[in-house]
Amino acid sequence: MIVVLPIAALVWASGKDGLHQFWSVATSPEALAALKLSLGAALFVSLVNAVFGTITAWVLVRDDFRGKSLVNAVIDLPFALPTIVAGLTLLALYGPQSPVGIDISLTRKAILLALLFVTLPFVVRTVQPVLLELDSEAEEAARALGAGEFRVFRSIVLPNILPGILSGVALAFARAVGEIGALVLIAGNRPFKTEVASVFVFLHIQGGDQAGASAVAVVMLAISFALLLLIGGLRFLATRHERA
Amino acid sequence: MRKYALRSAALGYLLLVLLGPLTMVFVRAFDKGAGALWTTLTDPNTVHAFELTLIIAVIAVPLNTVFGVVCALAIVRRRFPGAGLVNAIVDLPLAISPVVVGLSLFLLYGRTGWFGPWFARHGTQILFAVPSMVIATVFVSLPFVAREVVPTLREIGDEQEQAARTLGASGWQTFWRITLPSIRWAIVYGVVLTTARCLGEYGAVAVVSGNIEGKTQTATLRVQDAYENFNQAGAYGISLVLAAMSVIVLVAMTLLRPEEEAA
Repeated sequence: MIVVLPIAALVWASGKDGLHQFWSVATSPEALAALKLSLGAALFVSLVNAVFGTITAWVLVRDDFRGKSLVNAVIDLPFALPTIVAGLTLLALYGPQSPVGIDISLTRKAILLALLFVTLPFVVRTVQPVLLELDSEAEEAARALGAGEFRVFRSIVLPNILPGILSGVALAFARAVGEIGALVLIAGNRPFKTEVASVFVFLHIQGGDQAGASAVAVVMLAISFALLLLIGGLRFLATRHERA
Repeated sequence: MRKYALRSAALGYLLLVLLGPLTMVFVRAFDKGAGALWTTLTDPNTVHAFELTLIIAVIAVPLNTVFGVVCALAIVRRRFPGAGLVNAIVDLPLAISPVVVGLSLFLLYGRTGWFGPWFARHGTQILFAVPSMVIATVFVSLPFVAREVVPTLREIGDEQEQAARTLGASGWQTFWRITLPSIRWAIVYGVVLTTARCLGEYGAVAVVSGNIEGKTQTATLRVQDAYENFNQAGAYGISLVLAAMSVIVLVAMTLLRPEEEAA
């Protein structure tokens, strides 16, 4: 009732003028530019998250230092902080009045930074539990047999945490494609330059262009569904040994 | 050596992306002194925005808590055709952009939407009013309780519940005495996450609310409004309060997590 009906209304509204009409609106230059920017930025953010999220999870599980529990708690901050506040905080440090002299506001770099901020916890939180449960025996055995640290990581650790990394990346990707709150203040929202898909939808609703907004929204919806399927598949893979 | 390299890489990244910017909000909010901050925060429209945010959260959180628990029970305990589908639908709001959610509601309750004309005839305004903002918030914060309760329910199994039933307990008694006590920390954790999302929602509410100052403007919408109207002190002041709320949420999450892992 709450979830399915509105989505049905959206799909219906975008399709009521015919598929041809939908297609021409969804592939208009401005819509295409916005979708491309969203997907490109999401891809970049996913890759950075895959690397730094894994490193952070590793440090949190295997390393030991003072204040570790504090760092562990801080990871969740982007989940707790309203996204509009996240955007404003980035603007305060990396905006026009930056105390460190870096101004990236109104550029694509700002979009990437804002997305990195809001997606930071996903990979850490999906990899951390797997690393915690991972037995170190296999690693020690590999080391005893003369494998180097990199070899141990690549052959023993990575295959185990890969489903975790991937599902974290998929979640981060979905979030990055849909994000708006963190972007509205810092990105400038200029069509063809710094206007992402979600902002495109928002501005076109406010401008009264429901057809354009719905068309792009349906494309975003399709991306969400695809990602959900992927995440479901990964969860299935990750738990296969428990079911077997 | 490698250990330190990894540690500093992780901590440096957190500092650049997370902690650095956050400290700046505190600095900026107090730029003109505590007195100016107090004036900003006691502005009637700002007070109204905070009240509205709280009202929406007070309605949405209990709704989603009950729904989340019922849904989790349905997914884990009842084997019915379509359980997988319910599971997938509960996850949907996590993957869908809040703006798309907002637009969907806009189309459903708008003048030309499916339900819009019916409500208009009965004199109830949904869009650009509190009801649509509550619905939007319920939508985006729907999954959190269910997502926390499902794994816990799976883990505790249903042996105790079966035992209770064999001893003659009714469905309600089994739920109150056996199931609820064992999932209560998962519920609390889910409620904390739901509350955080409700207080901080921007995208979906921005689309359906109309953003009318003093009427349908929530705290997060007011931050944007203030910033875009060159009222930086106001924007940072409200952000400071919102950030303080999320720090409280964070502390609650940290305190609850060990309980959950121990269970």
